[in-house]
Amino acid sequence: MIPLSWYLILSAALFSIGLFGVLSRKNAVAILLGIELMLNAVNINLVSFWRYGDVSLMAGQVFAIIVFAVAASEVAVGLALVISVYRRRNTVIADDLDLMKW
Amino acid sequence: MTAMQIFFLIVGLVILGSAVMVVTTGNLIHAALWLIVTLFGVAVLYAILNASFLAVVQVVVYIGAIAILFIFAVMLTRKEMRDRGPQLNDAWWLNAIIALLTFGGLFWMLQSWNGFSKTAADFPSSYDAVGQLGKALISPDAFVLPFEVASVLLLAALVGAVYLAFNPRSGDSRK
Amino acid sequence: MNFWFDPVNFIAHWLTGLLVGWGAANWLASLIIQLIGVVVLISLMMVFDIFLVWVERKVVARFQDRLGPNRVGPFGIFQPFADIIKLIIKEDITPDGADKVVYNLAPILSLMSVLLLWAIIPLAPVIFGVDLNVGALYIIAAGSIGTLSIIMAAWSSNNKYALIGAFRQVAVLVSFEIPMIATMLIPTILAGSMGMNEIVQGQQTVWYVVLAPLAAMIFMIAAIAELGRSPFDLNEAESEIVAGFHIEYTGMKFGLFYAGELLHAFTFGGFWAILFLGGYHFFGLENLGPLVAVVILLAKAMFGYWVIMWIRYTVLRIRIDQMLAFNWKFLTPVAFVLLMLTALMNTLLRGTPSGIYILGMFLTNVLLGWIIVEILRAYSRSERQKTESIASITAAAHH
Repeated sequence: MIPLSWYLILSAALFSIGLFGVLSRKNAVAILLGIELMLNAVNINLVSFWRYGDVSLMAGQVFAIIVFAVAASEVAVGLALVISVYRRRNTVIADDLDLMKW
Repeated sequence: MTAMQIFFLIVGLVILGSAVMVVTTGNLIHAALWLIVTLFGVAVLYAILNASFLAVVQVVVYIGAIAILFIFAVMLTRKEMRDRGPQLNDAWWLNAIIALLTFGGLFWMLQSWNGFSKTAADFPSSYDAVGQLGKALISPDAFVLPFEVASVLLLAALVGAVYLAFNPRSGDSRK
Repeated sequence: MNFWFDPVNFIAHWLTGLLVGWGAANWLASLIIQLIGVVVLISLMMVFDIFLVWVERKVVARFQDRLGPNRVGPFGIFQPFADIIKLIIKEDITPDGADKVVYNLAPILSLMSVLLLWAIIPLAPVIFGVDLNVGALYIIAAGSIGTLSIIMAAWSSNNKYALIGAFRQVAVLVSFEIPMIATMLIPTILAGSMGMNEIVQGQQTVWYVVLAPLAAMIFMIAAIAELGRSPFDLNEAESEIVAGFHIEYTGMKFGLFYAGELLHAFTFGGFWAILFLGGYHFFGLENLGPLVAVVILLAKAMFGYWVIMWIRYTVLRIRIDQMLAFNWKFLTPVAFVLLMLTALMNTLLRGTPSGIYILGMFLTNVLLGWIIVEILRAYSRSERQKTESIASITAAAHH
């Protein structure tokens, strides 16, 4: 009833919106929000390929669970970094974090 | 247009609409709340795809932990209770073009694949997907190694996050 | 199809015939019937919630050696209606800098997260909302939505004290989910499935509280912490003596939080009954009919709710750092060790006759409990010796 193309288009659109968020937001936390959108798009892709392929092959769902774990750990470490940077520099605007530029 | 298709269209619109609100709204807490709506829509999508375990784990892990972590991080890194000023870069129009090109490229590449429009096989009614997933995660000739590596990764991230956010001046983390 | 033995299907069948006779399509008729079922379940739960207010006030009064409400109707049974009228006619104040949409959405989400749990509770072998095969995780997922509503309420109130109370409350909620998941996995192992129906049907011969009493106790402790009730209610009493995350809520919005908290407590009493006390099984009495099974389950849930109230009104409140230390240093390791031991003993004793199986699992729990008590005793002995040596040194220094 629902062709596979609908899921793939939805995940491609979500990935592009997340990419736009990562590239054009000023706040570091907002950039991490965009990354979350991209990871969710990837997960939708994986699970729909699992469902529309062979349901007895569990690789799609296992890969999606690994992506859950990686996303959780990346958000934890990323937000810890942002908070510790905020404590030193008192700003989280990505443009102002330019200590290594000259 | 069957009922399932209409339902999928509604869910897809909710997901994409709230994703656009995530990347454009000025108030960061509102962005985190719109992200929660997006994540909930994705969980509904998993339920439509008969991946019930993943749907519930999505709500527990993403909404119950990651989104709350985002809200806490936004609250801890703001100088006052209100946001102001534009939230997008100067080059946002260029980034919008890049995003549209990405979407167009993905769409064009996918639609030239012959399996693009295939429909789903019926889900076998007594298929224990959760049990099969559990067996796949721990059997040595399936996926036990990525599973264990992911748990080591989570442990490393846990230790790293605690160490990074540890504030030696305030003594309350010591207990 | 009989009404007494299969009430839900009987009514659904009759309604389908009625709607199709009026000219509705088949899928529309089934959609309408499902919506009616949802509305009926929610309404019954909200009406029961009103009764729970009366139960709560009577029980707290008896624990505190007084009578409780006894003026409004016989035994004060109409007292909750007086409470509701009072809450409805109160002025509905919204603070000045509050975020209106989030402020109004938070109590709705808090009550919604409790009502979502009633979809998977098996009231009888044939009366349940949906037979979800991941029921145990669904409980945690609905709890996550409740956690979210607390942050939304506190942040949108534009009040620093609400925010502090909510931070502490959310830290406790997120921490105590872990021993709750671990102990909820123990009936899953014993029954072989995460679905609530299968867990209840696995307790046909012996209740899981006999097979895993330590797990029942840890689940009760984690559930009380999840509910935000005493002795873990730092939210309501400690935040500078104001009411925590629902400071700024007046009138019926506060009523939604309060009613949601009571219904949440009753729901977790129900889950304790389903997971450990055998659900609707009661020595074969549930075979008389589904409505008898519903009454049995509600009676057991009321017993669980009474245990929660008993603990609330007898035990002192615990500080936030003591609470978190208790969770991370005691409850979580014990829960995981118990999980591993239960899985091990379940596999070792799988083929044995049921008497040896029950005895083996029970003795494992008793052994683990005894080891924990010995460890705690040695720890407290070393702590006491440390303070005594410090006291003796300071006393000697004073002379």
